[in-house]
Amino acid sequence: MSLVLQIERLTKDFPTGRLGRGRHRALDDVTLALSSGEVFGLLGPNGAGKTTTLKLIVGLLRPTAGHVTVLGHAAGARPAREAIGFLPEHPVFYDHLTAEELLAYFAGLCGMTGPERTRRVSAALDDVRLDEARRRPLRQYSKGMLQRVGLAQALVHDPALIILDEPMSGLDPIGRRDVRELILRLRDAGRTVLFSSHILSDAEALCSRVAILSRGRVVARGAIGDLTSKHAGGWEVVAADLSPAAATSLQQTATRVTRIAHGRYSFELPAGERPEPFIAAVASAGGTLVSAVPVRATLEDVFVERVS
Amino acid sequence: MRRIRLVAWHVFKESVRDRVLLAIAAFAVVLVVASVLIGQITAGQDVKIIKDIGLATLELSGVLMAVFIGVGLVAREIERRSIYSLLAKPVARWEFVVGKYIGLVGTIAFNVTLMTVALFLMLAYLQWKTPDEVERAWLTPVVDPGLLKAVILIGAELALLTAVALFFSTFSSSGLLSAGLTLGVFVVGLLSEDLRGFTAVDSSQVLAFVVRAVGVVVPAFSAFDIKADVVNGRPPVPWAYVGLTIVYATCYASALVGGAAAIFSRREFT
Repeated sequence: MSLVLQIERLTKDFPTGRLGRGRHRALDDVTLALSSGEVFGLLGPNGAGKTTTLKLIVGLLRPTAGHVTVLGHAAGARPAREAIGFLPEHPVFYDHLTAEELLAYFAGLCGMTGPERTRRVSAALDDVRLDEARRRPLRQYSKGMLQRVGLAQALVHDPALIILDEPMSGLDPIGRRDVRELILRLRDAGRTVLFSSHILSDAEALCSRVAILSRGRVVARGAIGDLTSKHAGGWEVVAADLSPAAATSLQQTATRVTRIAHGRYSFELPAGERPEPFIAAVASAGGTLVSAVPVRATLEDVFVERVS
Repeated sequence: MRRIRLVAWHVFKESVRDRVLLAIAAFAVVLVVASVLIGQITAGQDVKIIKDIGLATLELSGVLMAVFIGVGLVAREIERRSIYSLLAKPVARWEFVVGKYIGLVGTIAFNVTLMTVALFLMLAYLQWKTPDEVERAWLTPVVDPGLLKAVILIGAELALLTAVALFFSTFSSSGLLSAGLTLGVFVVGLLSEDLRGFTAVDSSQVLAFVVRAVGVVVPAFSAFDIKADVVNGRPPVPWAYVGLTIVYATCYASALVGGAAAIFSRREFT
């Protein structure tokens, strides 16, 4: 797989204060690389630096340090932008245009003309399932429909790298499902997709790899399976027929105890601890083992741990 | 060049669909009709008044368009954040700025042309109903091709004013401030001839120098105003003067658009 996007030691400072003499570091020493056919999730809480990273890739911002290349071209250069399709967060377009006119305008700016332009406009609108509404002025569109138009304009020139800033924002459940399917279709067609989100379930469903940003720094990166397996999980043991005194005694070795029903408790054991001694303690306290299952870490666990 | 043309066409389409042209054209029609009514109650001066008011209306509506659409050309794209999607496309920032400028100048030229045609049609009607012996007594013909000199210079003046508005639009985040600055430059520019000839009435030579310097630096909008000369037929305005003034406007506007493109190319969009 060839390298599509390379971000090396990217740092971005913004001026602060009335005279702009102060500095706020929005992005600090970020390094990432994306290959073709990959769906990559840029995750993080609000203000983590996700949008700043995407704008630096597109060329809307200039880095304070480090550099970005898209298919070997410097970010912001015309060949780099030819290779990028960008959906900004909360996209806003020209009210007086229809979706078809908007896409024809943008396709023209991408160098397309004649029948090729018409074909690409139609294909992009089909991709986002914008049917009869495509000839209506954008001022009549709902937020979700504008999001679809935003996606269509990002795809109209069939770019190699598609950058989506919060693509699920403003979409209803069906719209979100459509976007998820679209992203997977793009991946299957060999396109590289980079999207930012704070909706972790979307990332888990779509991404081959993710990076978690917090306060401008990458605090975790890698395949979701690797990240969650590295995140140490304990065991959950459920026992029945326990007296309150026995449960209190067993609580000493558990990280959390939940009373499920009369005499029935759930115990969470600390990470790294084997369950056998605890199961033996349950038996000696007169209890009955109901289940003992390893706790699998989720992306959310990794996210919460790394961000906090 | 194709990208510039696309951006320019988009500006024209947006102006038309935003009904800005329509509003200004309606305003112009009202003023032209008013000039006819005023002409009817002013004995023997109706043609002159119609020419005066017609040209002034043409200029005023153009000034309103140049200032109020011009200051929003770039600022509005930034404000509504449509700039993010647009600049992610492979369009150079200078192409965007030049396209915006050409689009608005084209829109204004379209408006000026329509109003000029309306003015000449009205004058042709007056000529048709004026007896020949009355017309012979006037200094200029009713349908006077010489009026085109004034129209052409109004067009050049508006192209220059649009460049001023665009220049402020690229770095000011407030549309009101940009409009204020543009109108300020326009008013000072109308006085530029007086400012260049300013002499100190007291001992402050520094003040006199500063005033004269301002008179030299600001666009000399006063040079474009030949309306009275053309309407009165004297002094005659040579075509060479019109040509030189157009060259001046072209050079000044190119410098301003170039400056706007340079500033815009360095801007970041947070």
